[in-house]
Amino acid sequence: MNSVLQAPLDRRSFVKLAAMAGGGLILGYYARPAGAAEIGKPDEEKVDGVFIPNAFVRIAPDGSVTVYSARPEIGQGIKTSLPMVVAEELGVDWKDVTVITAPVNGSFGNQSAGGSTSTPQSYTLMRKAGATARTMLTEAAAQTWGVPVSECVAGGGRIRHTPTGRTLSFGDLVAKASALPVPAEDAVVLKDPKDFTLLGSRVGGVDNPRIVTGQPLFGIDQARPGMVYAVYQKCPVWGAHPLGANLDEVKALPGVVDAFILDRTVPGDRVTGLVPGVAIVADSTWSAFSARKQLKVQWGEGRLPDSSWDDFSSQAKAISAAAPGAPNVTEVRRDGDVDQAFLGAAKVVEAEYSYPFISHANLEPQNCLAHVHGDRAEIWAPTQSPEGLRKLVASVLGFAPENVEVNMTRIGGGFGRRLDSDFAAEAAAISQRLQVPVKLTWDRTDDLQHDHFRPGGFHFMRGAVDSAGKLSAWRSHHVHFGAALGADEFPARFVPNYLLLASKLDNEIPQGPWRAPGSNTFAWTICCFLDELAHAAGRDPVEFNIDVLGDKDLLPGTGPRGRPYNAARMRNVVRQVAELSGWGKAMPRGRGMGLGYFFSHQGYIAEVAEVTVSPSGSLKVDRVVAAVDVGSQIVNLSGAENQVQGSIIDGLNAAWRQELDIQKGRIVQSNFHDYTMLRIPDAPRDIEIHFLKTDYPPTGLGEPALPPLAPAVFNAIFAATGKRVRQLPLSRTSLSWS
Amino acid sequence: MSKFTLQINGKAREVDVAPDTPLLWVLRDTLGLVGTKFGCGIGQCGACVIHLDDSPARGCLTPVSAAASSKITTIEGLSGDGSHPLQKAWCELDVSQCGYCQPGQIMSAAALLAGNPSPSDADIDDAMAGNLCRCATYHRIRAAIHRAADIAAAGKEARA
Repeated sequence: MNSVLQAPLDRRSFVKLAAMAGGGLILGYYARPAGAAEIGKPDEEKVDGVFIPNAFVRIAPDGSVTVYSARPEIGQGIKTSLPMVVAEELGVDWKDVTVITAPVNGSFGNQSAGGSTSTPQSYTLMRKAGATARTMLTEAAAQTWGVPVSECVAGGGRIRHTPTGRTLSFGDLVAKASALPVPAEDAVVLKDPKDFTLLGSRVGGVDNPRIVTGQPLFGIDQARPGMVYAVYQKCPVWGAHPLGANLDEVKALPGVVDAFILDRTVPGDRVTGLVPGVAIVADSTWSAFSARKQLKVQWGEGRLPDSSWDDFSSQAKAISAAAPGAPNVTEVRRDGDVDQAFLGAAKVVEAEYSYPFISHANLEPQNCLAHVHGDRAEIWAPTQSPEGLRKLVASVLGFAPENVEVNMTRIGGGFGRRLDSDFAAEAAAISQRLQVPVKLTWDRTDDLQHDHFRPGGFHFMRGAVDSAGKLSAWRSHHVHFGAALGADEFPARFVPNYLLLASKLDNEIPQGPWRAPGSNTFAWTICCFLDELAHAAGRDPVEFNIDVLGDKDLLPGTGPRGRPYNAARMRNVVRQVAELSGWGKAMPRGRGMGLGYFFSHQGYIAEVAEVTVSPSGSLKVDRVVAAVDVGSQIVNLSGAENQVQGSIIDGLNAAWRQELDIQKGRIVQSNFHDYTMLRIPDAPRDIEIHFLKTDYPPTGLGEPALPPLAPAVFNAIFAATGKRVRQLPLSRTSLSWS
Repeated sequence: MSKFTLQINGKAREVDVAPDTPLLWVLRDTLGLVGTKFGCGIGQCGACVIHLDDSPARGCLTPVSAAASSKITTIEGLSGDGSHPLQKAWCELDVSQCGYCQPGQIMSAAALLAGNPSPSDADIDDAMAGNLCRCATYHRIRAAIHRAADIAAAGKEARA
């Protein structure tokens, strides 16, 4: 889930046509990542059969169109948006399209959902999948009529001969189209986007009718005949092992089928592998939950059983005083002469920012249904990474990966947590022992305490402005738990004198990607500190930041993993959001506006928050305006707005009250009563979203609208109250003023 | 284990479970009615909201023994065919992102509208504060409840 620009997949893709039993037209579309060995080669034995896994598009003789959705649906709307792209190019009415979740069999290219990469990786691929089908159907119609192809157009599930007005339905044409050769990829002409009728419109999610009637969709809803129910107790201290447990007592409890310790070394570390613990298997979830209350385990508590957040904070403070070159101080990037620039500065500002560990808190707790029998395993799981899950489960079971069948379910929230598959490793290991279908359900405490957390961190900042009020020097020491700021992170490349230092704190805490990884905290520290510098310079924050963004349009990345930064796109969204929000209008004390902007996950997004802080310190976020540049085409306007609205409220949710404390090597919080999530009364009343169309390929929206929100709100709080809050969550600081 | 006859969505259902089993797990594990969701188990998230005698209740905190004499309505029985004004409004406004919390949201909203056919934003915030949406679809939840109120009012007018 990183932000590295992905090479487009389509140039190495190819299509395959096959006749289907029953006479339908199948277009299988295979993708290989650049540089990878060929994957997803169609199984020639099966292509002619009833089961045809390697197909995105299926058209039956009755004209019905089926489109396979290959990416996990985690709430980002991909199960609706990518099939829309196929339908647009194909020329079929959306109401006549049926969307089916694809199997996980290597035929669909990358089937993960993470890093907001599904749209940029698959957009052109899906266009070609639809356009290839349309091209062949058009050719079939032209041959039927004996007319030039150029006189035939597709639309509404039919091919029309424009000079005469004759039409043939897709269903009429499947037999003839099936016999045609597949056109070369370059010979397929894509639609002119100005002719799009479906893309850019508002389309409801394909599963909506089943969601609102409570049909089984999610991982936790799956069931198999003979299924038993499992819970899995791990030590709250990370890196621990069970030494023993009262298994005989537990096995005698009502409904309990079995109880046993799982503690073996498998490939993968403690985050991505099988974490040692105690399994209880019962005849119902409640029997398993109830028995667990009687479980007593003796734990060997691991390497750092006394770690605490307070201690990490003290260590961070101590190491921040160390000079470059000291032990455990890494110089990530150095430009110009920072020390000299500080000496010659008009104003120097120093600040310490810190943020805690937080949880993904997927509302559907981690769960998995596994059936291991003999040398085969079937898995039903809410996973963002079905192929990663397959590999992990295979290694835990000692199976070949092809002996593990993975079935993707709808997912009750991803946010990055379900890119790791530890829960599936547990379910599979339990089922391997019993050889029956096992549904493992984590309770909320498991989920909060054994998350792969959004890491906390500490930023020690020093910045300078010169006598012209321009940013002249930037020194940042990032004290982290495993993932440091990258050498290209903003404002590197935009300030002549720049020094980034990093230090890692020794810890055993499992960490993972959390919606807009890195950016979700870096945007806050960086944009808030820039706001501090703007005020130190006595300048308007929008003008100051436009100045920081400079006059170059494109800044190349540094080194092989560097990311280019399109400053022109960012200046554009910052200027637009200022104008659209009415930036600069006079506001009474207690009310204020703040700016946040950030480039992440290929999106350029700026947001302005408008807040009211009462004298007693209660906060209301009244309005958020977002200017969003994710390229030339919004696929599904309803889904895109949903993602931006959700990211904005989720960004506020994370920054306002969420915090996991660490004491005695474990998480203190245990459920939603002490891990406080934002609820409907605190959601901003007014969210205005403006999509700016630019001449860049369409990119994803699952993440990039989140990072700018927190700095926008915190800078608005400063404008309203004069209080500069440098610690997350916000609820730790009183905002009262007089 | 004890036998109970439950009145669920207009049908009598026999179950044989431990009396302390929360209704949530009877619905999900015993009866296969999985629209009622597990989120926290302590009444904090609202994913398991059902109606007991037309009042909203938490399936995770209601032992089956306490529900045996009540009329139980779950999301599957709210309309039977997705025609409840809230279900229509939820689809029309495309409220759901992941969708996991939405059955509980709709059941809470249905109880609100039953007692207050034309709620204000503040009424909605009060009635819905017990339901978490991790995807933060709160904007559209507010709008969809207003929309459902309009659909219901139009339906009443048409019948009058």
